[in-house]
Amino acid sequence: MTDPIIRFDNVTYHYPGTEEPALRDIDLEIMPGEYVAILGLNGAGKTTLGLCVNGVVPTMLGGTLEGSVTVGGLDVGEYPVREMAKIVGMVFDNPEFQMSQLSAAEEVALGLENAGIAYEDMVRIIPETLELVGLKGFEERSPLGLSGGQQQRLAIAAVLAMKPQILIMDEPTSNLDPIGKQEVFSIAGKLNKEAGMTVVVIEHEVEVMAKFADRVIVIDHGRIVMNGAPEEILSRVKELGALGLRAPEAAVLADDLRARGLWTGPTPTTTAPAVEQVRTMIGAARG
Amino acid sequence: MSMDIAVDGLVFTYPSGVTALGGITVSVPAGQRLAIVGQNGAGKTTLVRHFNGIFQPTEGTVRIGDWDTKGRDIAELAARVGYVFQNPDEQLFARSIRDEVGFGPKNLGVPADEIEARVTAALARSGLVGMEDTHPYHLSLSERKRVALASVLAMETPIVVLDEPTTGQDARGVALIGEVVAELAAEGRTVVAITHDMDFCAENFDRVLVMADGRVIADGTPAEAFSRLDALEDAHVEPPQLERLRTELGWAEPVMSVDEFVGQLKTRA
Repeated sequence: MTDPIIRFDNVTYHYPGTEEPALRDIDLEIMPGEYVAILGLNGAGKTTLGLCVNGVVPTMLGGTLEGSVTVGGLDVGEYPVREMAKIVGMVFDNPEFQMSQLSAAEEVALGLENAGIAYEDMVRIIPETLELVGLKGFEERSPLGLSGGQQQRLAIAAVLAMKPQILIMDEPTSNLDPIGKQEVFSIAGKLNKEAGMTVVVIEHEVEVMAKFADRVIVIDHGRIVMNGAPEEILSRVKELGALGLRAPEAAVLADDLRARGLWTGPTPTTTAPAVEQVRTMIGAARG
Repeated sequence: MSMDIAVDGLVFTYPSGVTALGGITVSVPAGQRLAIVGQNGAGKTTLVRHFNGIFQPTEGTVRIGDWDTKGRDIAELAARVGYVFQNPDEQLFARSIRDEVGFGPKNLGVPADEIEARVTAALARSGLVGMEDTHPYHLSLSERKRVALASVLAMETPIVVLDEPTTGQDARGVALIGEVVAELAAEGRTVVAITHDMDFCAENFDRVLVMADGRVIADGTPAEAFSRLDALEDAHVEPPQLERLRTELGWAEPVMSVDEFVGQLKTRA
């Protein structure tokens, strides 16, 4: 039996000087190699949950954390964030904020230098990592001259160079166009499927989650209120609606048809099964 | 006087020599809700920045009502065209939301008591009630974007341009922005929005321009634009999920809402 790579044990967290907890009674286990999507309104606690995994909460931001967060077997509160960075890589919504160097290669080198990696290893790791995110040959390019999707892939490369076991992405595509979104999600999907990396993504785009994630967790007012397979969670159209969230259109359609007595099967969350079921319905009606 | 936008033969070349707009002719009647879609770099932002005079045409003309934008400065055009930037941090500078949202009307010479009323109304519309005294930099990105929206709403301009208003908004925020668009249109004001959110586009707009490489490659109602699969592919735009479902099913008529889908289904089953 494998141990979870991330474990929250009855975690309640308050930011410094606040009365309302940002997270309440969180019990959560994420297994190595899982692709987990976290969904919730802005302010629900999604980012705070992510920041607990790399230890920024509470080590850097302070506040009071009750319960325990264990990542890769380490109790997060007891290790500095730079130690946790070897296990957990984090990517944020605005790739430009994460770019500080004059070339893509230097951007990737920065974390390695800080971690004390030897030069001869760095010159091997940097091109390997850039290739992994589809930026081979971009070594000398200025990060600020890249497209949004390329910048975000470079931000991913910079954390991947540290060989983390877990990649956390906090709304990684909210500033990207459709091509950029696709680039980022296919890289994350590839890292997950081929390299077995654990991926946790905080996202508003339910359709993307339905396609990529193994599991969807919904957070509301700091609590986990839903936790299950995407087809199970994202098909709960009315419950999601009550939380201010939207289900994929295919699920909304099936839910509407069900209310009119026109849909009997399971609620689809992606296009392919929805098409299949509509065809079956039409076929059956025509006898 | 009617505040139509009339773009005629617009070419825009950056000082670097890169041509961002390769000859655009489009007119937007007052009160229309127009969405502009397309990949980054297609020229969407460059086009709308001609409406408020940030850019001046290299060739061709842009008219806002009876004004040719050529020779008009941004401050003058600001009375007619409100512009909400994609990145609110390019726009926000004051120390409180009240000052931020009140700044525009103050500059237009609006009396103090009316400024107060406009600020209150704009904050209510943008879902920021009770946050008058908060510093904009204590807010999240999605909230700052709504402050930027409120500060343009308070200008009460006949034309409102929104550059990617839904990025970073959760479903509730997206719905709120959809309501703002509908209210503005109901008051006879024009809304022009650049967006990558095709569901938002299908639900809230009368007309969609699809842009690629500095040109308009499709123009019509959402149903018309989203059924132009060739143009969408060139622009790297994916139609809304219902429309993809409809296409997969091989149905001829475009579907923009669940009701329309059900209507079509009933004729078949």
